[in-house]
Amino acid sequence: MDLIRLVEAEQTKEIPEFGPGDSVRVHFKVVEGGRERVQVFDGAVIDRKGGGLSETFTVRKISYGVGVERTFPLHSPRIERIEVVRRGDVRRAKLYYLRKLTGKAARIKEKRP
Amino acid sequence: MARGILGKKLGMTQVFDDTGNAVPVTVVQAGPCVVVQVKTPERDGYEAVQIGLEPARRANRPRRGHFARAGVEPLRYLREFRFEGAAQLEPGQSITVELFEPGDQVDVTGISKGKGFAGGVKRHGFGRGPMTHGSKYHRGPGSLQSRDAARVFKGRKLPGRMGGARVTVQNLEVVRVDPERHLLLIRGAVPGPRGALLQVRAAKKVRRTAKR
Repeated sequence: MDLIRLVEAEQTKEIPEFGPGDSVRVHFKVVEGGRERVQVFDGAVIDRKGGGLSETFTVRKISYGVGVERTFPLHSPRIERIEVVRRGDVRRAKLYYLRKLTGKAARIKEKRP
Repeated sequence: MARGILGKKLGMTQVFDDTGNAVPVTVVQAGPCVVVQVKTPERDGYEAVQIGLEPARRANRPRRGHFARAGVEPLRYLREFRFEGAAQLEPGQSITVELFEPGDQVDVTGISKGKGFAGGVKRHGFGRGPMTHGSKYHRGPGSLQSRDAARVFKGRKLPGRMGGARVTVQNLEVVRVDPERHLLLIRGAVPGPRGALLQVRAAKKVRRTAKR
């Protein structure tokens, strides 16, 4: 088991501390017709799953009135940078209840420092 | 040059490839193995090498004698690999993971996880009956054919012991080789639980064009 950790450690990256409820900007490299560019996905983190190199997180945003969620592998080399924009004050590890809420009800309180 | 190696399954994880895609891999601790006996067509009627892995905690006298002949310390596991050119190897020679390179195709043999006494649905992929709507036929084996035969033919697929058998998975890709830690990262799943003994050999049926 320890050797597996070692194998994984080779690819793990430095990642800013963030968790469910936080608002983040994910700078993600996308290949489009042979060209590579950076796409920014802006939204609230609603879960973090898995462990080690396989850990993923899901970001939710409302785009033109439609809820959009994207799940990223936390250690993916295609993630250029993760910016933490805002710390959220939440009581749950998985914020799936946000999917049923809209508008004012779907807001996340900001954490008091 | 040897064409196979013994190893132990450490478990599965995923790694990222050059394009950033996650690749599922099994981590295998393989070797260093030692050649214990070389079988030649002249003496044994076929060509093969017997290689060993892991020092034995104790060995009985016949085993000690067998290892003394090769001039090596007693080993826990011994397995034979048949391939052309095996007779060129010498007892005492060491085999390491450097045998393989990333991108190579390998066949992996091991003992699958025991599933116990399993029904036809799990063991042979039988279809299942409706679980509700008044159905009383859930996971049974169905008709055993016959009627005219008035007996059940041999080989009928029925519930029984499943798993715990020798299984070979062919044409798996070597994703990474770590000579320092004697590790092989093999794409996909291999038979057996963690800690199981595996035989990794160069693929018997090599695909004309590699998958990626």
